[in-house]
Amino acid sequence: MTQAAETEHHEPVENTSTGLNSRKLMMWAFLGSDVMFFGVFIATYLVYRGKSLVGPYPSEILDIPITSVSTFVLLMSSLAMVLGLHYVKEGQKNKATLWILVVVVLGAIFMGFQFYEFRMFVHEGLTPRTNIFGTTFFILTGIHGAHVTIGVIWMAFMAYGSHVGSLRSDNSLDLEIAGLYWHFVDIVWIVIFTVIYLISAADGPPPGVGPTIIHG
Amino acid sequence: MTTKSLTIPQLFPRPKSSTGLWSWIGTVDHKRIGTLYGIVSFIWFIIGGLEALMIRGQLASAENDLIGPEAYNQLFTMHGTTMVFLVIMPLSAAFFNWLIPLQIGARDVAFPRLNALSFWVFLSGSLLINFSWITGNAPNGGWFGYAPNSGTTFNPGLGMTYWVVGLNILGVASIAAGLNFIVTILNMRAPGMSMFKVPVFTWMTLITSVLIVLAMPILAVAGIQLMTDRVYGTHFFNSLGGGDPVMWQHIFWLFGHPEVYILILPAMGIVSEVLPTFARKPLFGYPFVVFAGAAIAFMGWFVWSHHMFTVGLGPAANTAFTISTMLIAVPTGVKIFNWLGTLWGGNIRLNTPMLFSISFIAMFTIGGLSGVIHASPPTDAQQQDTYFVVAHFHYVLVGGALLGIFSGIYFWWPKFTGYFLNEKLGIANWALMMIGFNLQFAPMHWLGMDGMPRRIYTYAENMGWEGSNLAASLGGMILGIGILLFIINVFYSKMNKVMAGNDPWDGRTLEWATTSPPPIHDFDEIPQVKYRDDFWFQKYPETIAEYHHDEHDQAVPSGAQLDEVEEAIPVVSGGYGGHDDDHSAIHLPDMSYYPFILALGITGLGAGFLSNNVVIAVGAVILIWGLIGWAMEPVNDPE
Repeated sequence: MTQAAETEHHEPVENTSTGLNSRKLMMWAFLGSDVMFFGVFIATYLVYRGKSLVGPYPSEILDIPITSVSTFVLLMSSLAMVLGLHYVKEGQKNKATLWILVVVVLGAIFMGFQFYEFRMFVHEGLTPRTNIFGTTFFILTGIHGAHVTIGVIWMAFMAYGSHVGSLRSDNSLDLEIAGLYWHFVDIVWIVIFTVIYLISAADGPPPGVGPTIIHG
Repeated sequence: MTTKSLTIPQLFPRPKSSTGLWSWIGTVDHKRIGTLYGIVSFIWFIIGGLEALMIRGQLASAENDLIGPEAYNQLFTMHGTTMVFLVIMPLSAAFFNWLIPLQIGARDVAFPRLNALSFWVFLSGSLLINFSWITGNAPNGGWFGYAPNSGTTFNPGLGMTYWVVGLNILGVASIAAGLNFIVTILNMRAPGMSMFKVPVFTWMTLITSVLIVLAMPILAVAGIQLMTDRVYGTHFFNSLGGGDPVMWQHIFWLFGHPEVYILILPAMGIVSEVLPTFARKPLFGYPFVVFAGAAIAFMGWFVWSHHMFTVGLGPAANTAFTISTMLIAVPTGVKIFNWLGTLWGGNIRLNTPMLFSISFIAMFTIGGLSGVIHASPPTDAQQQDTYFVVAHFHYVLVGGALLGIFSGIYFWWPKFTGYFLNEKLGIANWALMMIGFNLQFAPMHWLGMDGMPRRIYTYAENMGWEGSNLAASLGGMILGIGILLFIINVFYSKMNKVMAGNDPWDGRTLEWATTSPPPIHDFDEIPQVKYRDDFWFQKYPETIAEYHHDEHDQAVPSGAQLDEVEEAIPVVSGGYGGHDDDHSAIHLPDMSYYPFILALGITGLGAGFLSNNVVIAVGAVILIWGLIGWAMEPVNDPE
C-alpha cells in the first residue's frame, strides 16, 4: 500500500493538483460507491418490509437488547479507532498499538454477536429461504458482516505494523484511510440497526395471516 | 500494508523484462493496458457482430428456420451483453487509458497496479461469460435479465448464472477503473491546468467515471440478489416467497439508465476533440458542453422508470418520469448545438475522423429524437417491445457511441502507433458503415410502428414485413463488410506505413505535444499549462488575444496565474512542475504480477458459484495470496 518513496519525505501538503492525497481521495470515492451498494440493499429491505407470507416475522424473532449491546460495542470501536490514530500521530507507539488492538477485539466481538444471532435465527426456523424477511435480513446483515470482517483483518495488520514500528506518525495516513473505512462501516450499521431492529421490531404477519408457532 | 522495517517476503518475483508475454502480463503502463483493452474488446466486438449477423440471418425471411428459438434467445442475450459490457465500455476504457495521462500531462494514472487489475478482471469476466457457449448453456434471458424469466423456475440450467456472475466480475473491473480515473483526473493534472482547462474528453471521462462508480454497485446488488435467488434459493424476485419481480426492473434500470450515459459520454468527449481540430476553431461554448455533460449525468438518475411505463406504476409515477425524461433531452440538445457552432465558420477538413464525427452528430440526433418520443407513456405503450425501440437504441449506440469510437480510433491512431491509418480505405470503411447501418436500422422504425415485436425469433408470411427485414439483413451484411474493411485497413496501414510525426492533425491538446508513439514516460518534461488548448496556443501565440480576451472572468485558475495571463505570452513547455527533487531521474512504477494473480483469484471465486465450494476456496486462497503480495510489494523497489 505504502509507497516507499512517500514514507521517506512526508509533506503536510500533498504534491497533487488538489493538494489531497490520492489514496485518501480514492477511499472517499470508494465509500461513495459503497453508499450506493448498501443503499440499494437497504432500499430492498424497506420495500419488502412486512411482505413475508410465512413466519417467523421480525416481531417474533428480533432480540433488540442483545443487538443493542453489539451495536454499542461497534460504536465504541470507532472511539478506539480515533484514539489509535491520535496516538499514532503523537508517536506513542504502545498506546497506539493498544487502541488499534481494541478496535480489532471490539470488531471481533461484534462479529461474534452476529454469528450467535444467525445461529439462533436458524435454530428458531429463520433462514434466507424461509421468507422474504429472512432473505433480505440475512443478505443485508451478511454483506455488512463481510465488510466488518475485512475491516478487522485490515486493523489486525495495522496493529501489527504499529507494534513492529512500521506504522509511525509520518505514515499515519495508512491508518487514517483504514479508519475512514472503519467509521463508514460503523455508520452503515447505525442505519441498518435503525431500519431492521428499531423500525420493524413490531412487524408481525400481514393482515389475515396468523402468528407463527416457533419451534424449539 | 506498511513496509519499511518489515523484510518483505518475495511471494512472486517482480517482472523485469520489457518485451515478450510476461512483460505484458506484468505491465502497469497505461499505454500498454490501453492497447490490451482495445485489442480484447475489439475481438469481442467481432464476436458480438457475428451474433448480430446470425440474428439478422434468421430474420431475413418469414418463418425462417436457420436457427431455432432457443439459440435465438441466447444470441440476442449475448449480443446485447457483449456489445454493452464487453465492447463499448472497454473500448471507451481503452481511450481513457491511452489518453487521460497524455491529455493532462501526467506520466501514468494514479494507481498503475489497480489499472492493470481492472484490465485482467475485465478479461477474465468476459471469458467467463462467454465460456457458457462452450457448455452449450449460454445466457438466454436478455441483456436486462428480467425476473422472473431469469429465475430458476423459468430458466433452469447455468446460463443465467454465468451471466450474473460474469457481470459482477466485470463490475469489479469497472469500479476499480472508475475510481482510478476520478483520482487521476482530479489529482494528476499538469501544473497550471485548472479543471476548466482540461480537454473535454478528459471532462467526459471524469463524468463517466463518477457514473460508473455510482451505478455499477447497483448492478452488483441486483446481481448478488439474482445470484442468491438462483444458487441458494432466496426470494428476492420470487413472488411465491414474498418477493417481487418488478423490484428487479427498478434496480436494474436504476443502474441501466446511468449506464446508457456511461456508454455515450465518452463518445461525446471524442467528438468534442475531433470537431475543433478539423474545424480549426476552439470548441464552441466549452463550459456549456462540460456542464451539459454533468447535467446529463445528474438527471440520468431520475429517468429510469421510462423503461417501465407499461408496468403499471400509476399516473403519478409515469408523469414524473415523463417530465424528467423530456428534460434530459435539453442538455443533450445543448451539446448538439455546441458541436454545430464549432463547425460554423470553421476551416473544415473532411477526412476520416471528421466524417465519423459529423455522422455521429446526425445519427445521434435521429436516435435522440426517436428516444424523446418514448417519454410519452401513451406513445411508449404502442412502441414497447417493438422494433421501434430496437431502431432507437441502435441509432444511439451504433450511430452514437460506436461512430464516436471509430472517429477516435482514426483520430488517435497516429498518436498510438506513429503512423496513419490509410485514408482511402478509411473513407470506404466509413461509407460502407453508414450505408449498412442506415439500411439495417432505419427500416426497423416502421417495422416497429407496424407492430413487429422484439425478441421473437420469426414472423408470419402475411405481415408485410419481409421486404424491410430483408433490407435490414442486407444492411447488416454491408455494415459487417465495413468493419472488415477497418480490420484490413489496420493491417494494410501497418505494412505500408505512412509516418505521422508528433502532431499530424495540427492538434490542440497536450497528447500531441509528445512523440508518436509516446515514450514510456509520456513526457520528457512535465508541461506547464496556461490556457485551455494550451498546445495550440503555444504553436499559434498570435491567436491568444483573439480567444482569451474574455476568459479571465470565466476560468478559475489561481490568482497568480491570472496575472501572468494578462501578459499574453505563452510559456514554452518546460520546467518540472510537479516534482521538486527528481530532476535527474524519471520515476515510473515498477511492473507487477499481482494484478494478474488477484484477477485469477476473483475469477476463481466467481466460478465457484457456478460449480462448487472447492473452487470458491481455491479462488479465495489465490485472492488472499494476491492481496497480501500486492500489499507487501512496494510500488517501486528501493534503489
